[in-house]
Amino acid sequence: MRETLLELKDVALTYQTKTDEIQAVKNLSFSLKEGEFISVIGPSGCGKTTILSLIAGLMRPTRGTIKVAKGNAHFGYMLQKDQLFPWRTIEKNIFLPLEIMKKFDKAHIAYAEELLKKYGLYEFRKNYPSELSGGMRQRAALIRTLSFNPDILLLDEPFSALDYQTRLSVCNDVYRIIKDEGKSTILVTHDISEAISMSDTIIVLSKRPCTVKYVHEIPRGGDSPLKRREREDFHKWFELLWKELNE
Amino acid sequence: MKKKTVTQKQFSADHIRYLKKLRGRTAVVWTLGLGILAAALLLWQILADTGAIDVFIGSSPKRIAATIVDLVRNDNLFYHIGITLYETIVGFLIAVALGTLIALLLWWSEIARRVCEPYLIVLNALPKIALGPIIIVWCGSGSKSIILMAVLIGIIVTVINMLNGFLAADKDKILLLRSMGATKFQILRKLVLPGSVKTFIGTLKIDVGMAWIGSVMGEYMTSKAGIGYLIVYGGQVFKLDLVMAATAVLCVLATMMYLGVALLEKLLVKNRS
Ligand SMILES: Nc1ncnc2c1ncn2[C@@H]1O[C@H](COP(=O)(O)OP(=O)(O)O)[C@@H](O)[C@H]1O
Ligand SMILES: [Mg+2]
Repeated sequence: MRETLLELKDVALTYQTKTDEIQAVKNLSFSLKEGEFISVIGPSGCGKTTILSLIAGLMRPTRGTIKVAKGNAHFGYMLQKDQLFPWRTIEKNIFLPLEIMKKFDKAHIAYAEELLKKYGLYEFRKNYPSELSGGMRQRAALIRTLSFNPDILLLDEPFSALDYQTRLSVCNDVYRIIKDEGKSTILVTHDISEAISMSDTIIVLSKRPCTVKYVHEIPRGGDSPLKRREREDFHKWFELLWKELNE
Repeated sequence: MKKKTVTQKQFSADHIRYLKKLRGRTAVVWTLGLGILAAALLLWQILADTGAIDVFIGSSPKRIAATIVDLVRNDNLFYHIGITLYETIVGFLIAVALGTLIALLLWWSEIARRVCEPYLIVLNALPKIALGPIIIVWCGSGSKSIILMAVLIGIIVTVINMLNGFLAADKDKILLLRSMGATKFQILRKLVLPGSVKTFIGTLKIDVGMAWIGSVMGEYMTSKAGIGYLIVYGGQVFKLDLVMAATAVLCVLATMMYLGVALLEKLLVKNRS
């Protein structure tokens, strides 16, 4: 049995603003196991980003509990745009979490450089983000997320700013890197095919305030996301999820 | 979209022709620019020589040049330049340093920001020259008052500009840093400050102008030396040659200081897109 890394129980969150009270999440429960890749899909505005912020500890839930197995587990957060700092070289961007976490030592730098080499960005380490293609920048953003060796990755629609062609290949890239590094991942997206092609488990959310509507285990047999898209059951899953999302 | 500028490229003949055309255009712009200046000076001189312009009121390029030479020889022009430069630069530096510091404090504390906002609005709207008499009574009739005037004129703009720059830091990047566990101070150091370099340079450029307004206005109010003093004095004794000579010197000084800031910009914003 794989260890449970993260568990959400009956989580609710309400945003308070001057003019309104917006309930974004209610009665949300699910858990993440070691090495698992979960995709959370839901219509836009349903509260997906909110869920990731809650897990990352950037906000406290209004109700419910979020339990993390390894006391002070680190989360690697990756956003829609690469959010590379334009005045830093790729290498300096990747060292950023190390500087923030005061882990800027030989061992961590060596690990980060190892990642750069392994995933084909080493020769671009002295370049600035503006000198790289969109796909490469997103890969750099992922390496930055991995540089401090987090236990859990939180990906917030990380491919939606890319054009379709790039998206397919970056998706494949990112998947391979995540599996190579053995990370547990929660991917949030509104793209159904992306979710099918990458995940072990898909969680379908309701409209806002979001809660878990369906959970599916997707058989994938070690296929890459591109291969997964070619499998014959791909369409069946797509239709099912489409129906569930829109009902 | 795919851009790879890693290897040094060999330029084609087309590209070299394109560069030549660009350079040609720049040459035209410079020639026209300098040509207009030369033509205007020449016309001015001719009109003065033929008596179409009364040189006691309109002066002439030659008389201005002669006045400058005379100022250097007999009136110690460089002493006056030194005084005004001192007042301007000190006023500029204080306005920039203090203004940026205040902006930082206001960025840090939302309460402070909201408390100070109405004061900033009033001070920004107030014509600072109105404070002249108060400044002179409090600080006397010397460089101190003039520097204070330069500081007052520059500091409010600095605070407002820099604060807006700091507050414009990308929300998603702040979120990202917070997810790494960054403290507020780290967010300041890693994101807000380096992200505000452009705003800072822009503010410096405005502040150079403000400092000159402040120091020359200060010298109009109260002074015994400086370029502003020479201008006011020339006006009082009806020596338009002196007024225009001093104004020409001021043009050169202000431009040089602006170019200094532009050079700083080149050094600071290399590689930042
Ligand atoms: N800071 C906030 N204050 C108030 N309302 C918010 C805030 N952040 C998000 N919301 C609202 O909460 C809902 C869910 O937002 P979000 O989690 O960003 O959705 P998603 O990522 O699924 O598109 C939206 O209706 C949004 O307007
Ligand atoms: Mg979102």
